[in-house]
Amino acid sequence: MAASAERLRAPLITPLTLVLGLLAAVAAYFVVQRFALGLGAVTNINAGYPWGIWVVIDVVIGSAIGCGGFAMALLIYVFNRGEHSPLMRPALLGGLFGYTLAGAAVLIDLGRWWQFYNLVLPWHMNPNSVMLEIGLCVMLYVVVLWLEFSPAILERLGWTGWQRRIDGIMWLLIALGIVLPFMHQSSLGSALIVLGTKIDPVYQTPFLPLLFVTSALAMGWGVVIAEATTVSHSFRRPSEHRLIVRIARVVGWLLLVWVAGRFVGLMVRGALGGVFAGSAAAATFWVETALALFATAVCLSPAWRRSEPLMLLAGLAIILFGALYRFAAYLVAYHPVGSYSYAPSVPELTVTIGIIALEILLYLSFVKLFPVLHATRRAPAQA
Amino acid sequence: MHTRREFLTAAGAGGACAAARPAEAAISRPPREMPPAAVGMLIDSTLCIGCQACVAACRDANGVEVEDTPFALAGWNAARTWDTALDLDGRTLNVIKVWRDGTAEVKDRASDGFAFAKRHCLHCVDPSCVSVCPVSAMRKDPETGIVSYDPDACIGCRYCTYGCPFGVPQFDLAVPAGKINKCEMCRHLQAEGRIPACCDVCPTGASLFGPVAALQEEADRRLAAAAGATTTFPRGDIREDRPRHEGVVPAYLQHTFGETEVGGTQVRYLSAVPFANLGLPTLPDFAPSRLSEGIQHTLYRWLAAPVLAVIGVAFLVRRNRIRQARDTGREL
Repeated sequence: MAASAERLRAPLITPLTLVLGLLAAVAAYFVVQRFALGLGAVTNINAGYPWGIWVVIDVVIGSAIGCGGFAMALLIYVFNRGEHSPLMRPALLGGLFGYTLAGAAVLIDLGRWWQFYNLVLPWHMNPNSVMLEIGLCVMLYVVVLWLEFSPAILERLGWTGWQRRIDGIMWLLIALGIVLPFMHQSSLGSALIVLGTKIDPVYQTPFLPLLFVTSALAMGWGVVIAEATTVSHSFRRPSEHRLIVRIARVVGWLLLVWVAGRFVGLMVRGALGGVFAGSAAAATFWVETALALFATAVCLSPAWRRSEPLMLLAGLAIILFGALYRFAAYLVAYHPVGSYSYAPSVPELTVTIGIIALEILLYLSFVKLFPVLHATRRAPAQA
Repeated sequence: MHTRREFLTAAGAGGACAAARPAEAAISRPPREMPPAAVGMLIDSTLCIGCQACVAACRDANGVEVEDTPFALAGWNAARTWDTALDLDGRTLNVIKVWRDGTAEVKDRASDGFAFAKRHCLHCVDPSCVSVCPVSAMRKDPETGIVSYDPDACIGCRYCTYGCPFGVPQFDLAVPAGKINKCEMCRHLQAEGRIPACCDVCPTGASLFGPVAALQEEADRRLAAAAGATTTFPRGDIREDRPRHEGVVPAYLQHTFGETEVGGTQVRYLSAVPFANLGLPTLPDFAPSRLSEGIQHTLYRWLAAPVLAVIGVAFLVRRNRIRQARDTGREL
């Protein structure tokens, strides 16, 4: 795979990157304000809603969107679908920034951020805490992601010695890069179990870890589908559609089983009535189901999945499905004690938008700086 | 003996554990026992007259400034004569709230009545905040059962706030270096042999301090007494013989809130109006941390599953990378 990647020959600074940079700069202003004045000065989180969009969008959803590298590694190296390797580095790069910036978002959101290292001090660790598992696992995974991606940087720098050394342990890095997301993405679901009745029965289930990790996997593939289609179109590169169709088959079945499993779970627990309750949680449940089924239909229909625009829509639908599922589980299905409500403030929203902008900006810069996209000269043979 | 009956009870209470079935019971860890020297409070809403002496005493004892919620009239409370805390927040550890219905004519009546609610930490026997805290900033004393907070350990993730079934621990969002605030049952006073400030000053014994077992006995005595009969109510510390005051037994609901809820609490309530009206949610008897910890420790016991997974996946990755390199004729 290393031999067949090349960097994109395009200008680093374009009108788009300028806009993205501006959005990130505005966000930085509010981040400074948050550190100077406190969380309350910038966010709308309150006594009833201690977690707002900085946790739910930037971290919970952001990290799931960063599961492209994880999902592709699983496909390529565990299920031995080597033909997908041209999509590996772009997916890894998306994950790299998804996770690195999720980590940065955690630091912005932590109320006592200057003590965050307590997480790694053994005498402070609480092994009962799902949060401890998430924290340690995500920290380790960010390191693994950088090492996994480092050959692209080392290749560009021409540091072949280091490249060989990294390549020698690449099998271990890839294995960690598959197992670690399984752990913390499932834990992001487990994190809600302890809330008991504070989470609507439509969402509260002991199977939350399984639902979270499998939907994160689907989102990872959804991102790869959307990303590959968009990149090949906007940079006029050869289409990767033949490979995308194969991923679509996998993700289509996964989503179908996911939706069916969720229904069965609700039925077994006697909570199916909740989805007809006319509550906000019921509404998000149906929108998620509709998005997942739309994506399934496109992915599993031989006629539909031939269409690149439809596949792009399906990819976006999968991302939206997983994002909404997470947003709803953490904020919509969540019932605070007392009559509190939460809607993000404009500065709070600005920070979240800025982080997303920064992710896209870094992604675009890296594909132009380092060999990430697979080489076009090899394209006829492979695509 | 616990499992099945407890699960069925929890199922009756609805919600997350409506699902409770044998598989969930099997994976949950056993419930935590009441600590040997557990202390707590008995809060009798019917005895509370809403004077808020406990709120003021709590602020004094814990060095918390009076809350000055900004109202439209600027400077009206510049001298901080009035405490305007409406609910628990990042600074208020204890608050008296009033519940009203309709014309609010009669105290402790569910329709057209009103009642006072004292809100603070209930010091759960099996506390979610202690279970969820990644850095052990929340701890439960193995002897007294007091749930304490250590700001030097806390990273400010606010999972305790998110997870608490009673909405108690609160992060002070108004300052750059905030911390979690919650009632620690005046453990600093207890260390000097004194009792929590709120119970010390309560003129009616609505907040009564003592060993949990003794308090529950007192609660059972009140519930067993005939409504309308005359009885006496202890004040301060149930073990001391401060002058009791005489009163009429109200029409109590026949339940002590906290005796069974989420595995039991050390602060318990008596009321004549539904507990939900006092801001105490209807909860199953099952502590949800039993299930979350059970699942987590099943998946991560000795880290065996993750380690085996890494070994297995690493083997596949190595093998497939070699095969793929051979097939494509490319270097690894």
